[in-house]
Amino acid sequence: MTNLRRAGALTALLASTALVLTACSSDPEPSTEPTSGATGGTESEAPNAEPVTLTWWHNGVAGDNGENSLGDYWDKVAADYTAEHPNVTINIEQIQNEDLQRTRIPTALQSGDAPDIFQQWGGGEMAAQADAGYLMDLSESNAEDVTKLGGAVAPWQVGDKTYGLPFQFAVEGVWYRPSLFEQAGITAVPTTMGELDDAVQKLKDADIIPIAVGAGDKWPAAHWWYNFALRSCSQEALNAGTGSFDFSDPCWVDAGEQLQAMIDTEPFQDQFTSTVAQTGATSSAGLVATGKAAMELMGQWNYFVYEGFTDGTDEGKAALHEDLDWFPMPATTGGAGDPTAALGGGDGFSCYVDAPPECADFLSYIVSDDVQAGFAEAVGGMPVAPAAASSIESPVLSKLSSVAGDAGYVQLWLDTAFGPNVGGAMNDGIVAMFAGQGSSQDIVDAMTAAAATS
Amino acid sequence: MTALEASGVDQGSAVDAKASAAGPRPMTPVTNHKRRDTIRKWGEITLFVGPALVLFLTFVVYPVVSAARYSFYKWNGVSQFSDAQYIGFENYARALFGGTDPDLKQAFTTQYSQPFWDALGHNFAIIGLSMVVQLPLALLIALTLNRKFPGRSSVRVIMFAPYVLSEVIAGVMWLIIFDPNGIATDFMHSIGLNPPAGGWLEDQTWAFWVVFFVITWKYIGLAIILFLAGLSGVPEDLQEAASIDGASWWQIQWRINIPLIGPTIRIWAFLSIIGSIQLFDMVWVLNQGGTTGQYSTIATYMMQIGFFRSDWGYGSAIAVIMFFISFVIAIAYMLVVLRNDNTDRVRKAR
Repeated sequence: MTNLRRAGALTALLASTALVLTACSSDPEPSTEPTSGATGGTESEAPNAEPVTLTWWHNGVAGDNGENSLGDYWDKVAADYTAEHPNVTINIEQIQNEDLQRTRIPTALQSGDAPDIFQQWGGGEMAAQADAGYLMDLSESNAEDVTKLGGAVAPWQVGDKTYGLPFQFAVEGVWYRPSLFEQAGITAVPTTMGELDDAVQKLKDADIIPIAVGAGDKWPAAHWWYNFALRSCSQEALNAGTGSFDFSDPCWVDAGEQLQAMIDTEPFQDQFTSTVAQTGATSSAGLVATGKAAMELMGQWNYFVYEGFTDGTDEGKAALHEDLDWFPMPATTGGAGDPTAALGGGDGFSCYVDAPPECADFLSYIVSDDVQAGFAEAVGGMPVAPAAASSIESPVLSKLSSVAGDAGYVQLWLDTAFGPNVGGAMNDGIVAMFAGQGSSQDIVDAMTAAAATS
Repeated sequence: MTALEASGVDQGSAVDAKASAAGPRPMTPVTNHKRRDTIRKWGEITLFVGPALVLFLTFVVYPVVSAARYSFYKWNGVSQFSDAQYIGFENYARALFGGTDPDLKQAFTTQYSQPFWDALGHNFAIIGLSMVVQLPLALLIALTLNRKFPGRSSVRVIMFAPYVLSEVIAGVMWLIIFDPNGIATDFMHSIGLNPPAGGWLEDQTWAFWVVFFVITWKYIGLAIILFLAGLSGVPEDLQEAASIDGASWWQIQWRINIPLIGPTIRIWAFLSIIGSIQLFDMVWVLNQGGTTGQYSTIATYMMQIGFFRSDWGYGSAIAVIMFFISFVIAIAYMLVVLRNDNTDRVRKAR
């Protein structure tokens, strides 16, 4: 009896040990086998070239409705590439955006066993990764691509070196529902803050929420401040901020003053600090999509977020698209900023420093005109390659694309540009202002203090 | 069957008894026997404790030691740790009193020290409120449920249910209830009142209390079940004797039941204090401690700064401070409050 029990316990122990061991060893195999034949960026098309495996981490995961157009498209891109390069195998891992950015990539880089090609948002975070020596310098291998893509590559560059290439870049602006504007008697879209204030008042009079903001998620609220900073600050002042965390220019405080003035007109929905951006009908996107709120400041992705609130049928989406439009951030009075400058951001990929040279070549393939055009057609993305711009099917997204093209310059999202430490302190400070708990000086103080710790 | 077997005495001990009665054995066999026993004992210890110990060392001790090491560095979590700058106790100083740099003291005090003390204050407020609100409430419910009435077990199950639910599921449920357009708002409107102006979970005055309400709802079930278990151990004869002597129900509770479940109450208080210091999941699900830290706890503050702002050295310092506070409170509580209970038990066991 005792022996039986012991045997049982032993079996259980062995079983659990085995489980633990399997869990430990379930990581994908490291695949950074160096190849001798290929040099940076050149294609190794010889059928007998040495086999290479690339691991690829991206953020194309299935949404609530189970659809994963981005993930499916990347699968196709990888399959097309490996068909042309039989010696290359690409192992894809799809990882949710925040997990990927905050947990998986930093830990993988630390461990020294990083994926060969991975999602890269550019800005301060990428600069930190480049400083630590984690990223492959693409300046030479992908020089042609950098020239072709133009200014949009800037956030993926540190100094004169390129550490990543964007496949998507877009500016933000105000999404609005024309039918609600009509209902409130607004005849033209606001082009100045004064006109925006008038529109807000008319919408309030018509019992419509003028502007929805998902301040519960912090960054959607912070983007209003970014836009005021863009209008207040000269490009030099912005560069001093993003480059050396120098926030001594009074324009940074001025941005907060303008935001405070806007908050004081009470343009937002009730309890906006309890509102999230994208989840559920009471989120800021939900309020706009269901016709309860008239406007929302957001990037191009909200076009698809709004679609998520329709019944999913083509008719439902078409009805939404007919009553959805976009205008750029209105101009402010005064300020040293370029009135045509726009705020934007995008998605790109970097190669790990030890990745085989095929990585740079594959990256080049991702930003090639055909793949970019397919990205616009299949995913509805905003391609960076100029030749692919004509593939954007939606008229409103085309409008966004042309505004980006006409912009004096495009400033990367400030939180991305500053990196998580200063950017996070900035967002927290801005939300405190939304919650009535902080002044415009407090925001700048928070950024300065955070800069001293990084 | 022998007489020995019939008497229920174990064969082995009977043999030992015989052996000792027969006087000391020759030395060598005993040593062999002992050595075999020792090897066997250590073999068993290695086999059974080893795997758990390895896991404990890998996933508990190693991270704790690493955190202590990181806390002395300025490190953003991205660069190689070997490039991180050693700054001594500066991270601790920044959290506790705004650091030692006179130029930055003002900024660090408002930006780092103040939120740290706010978060710690919330933890201690929750400890205090647990003792003042949860304890009496749980006792009252436990004493009521200890009486026999129809449907008693169903009521017990309902009371305990929230504790069994996962924190995230319960948190999401309350998020939906306290949504700006959720049923809590509708309810307030229906009785002619306005919900808190900033939102249930964001209002500067009310958010903390709303969260405390949710925490109480979530964890009171454990207190009730513990107290009921304690009460079931109180002999019924005592209560019967007291009621024969003319004691009222209330007197029986106050003078017999509550004093007799004292050890249970003290253990619950211990668990509650440690739980309050480490409180994280529920607060995190309810919007990460509030957009302006209205109900941040030291654990959510650590997560916000250390993880999301990539200020790993500072975050590690917060983690070590949290560990230290839990440790000191646990030891002090053991020594001062639980000592009597433990010695009582030891005495009884003897």
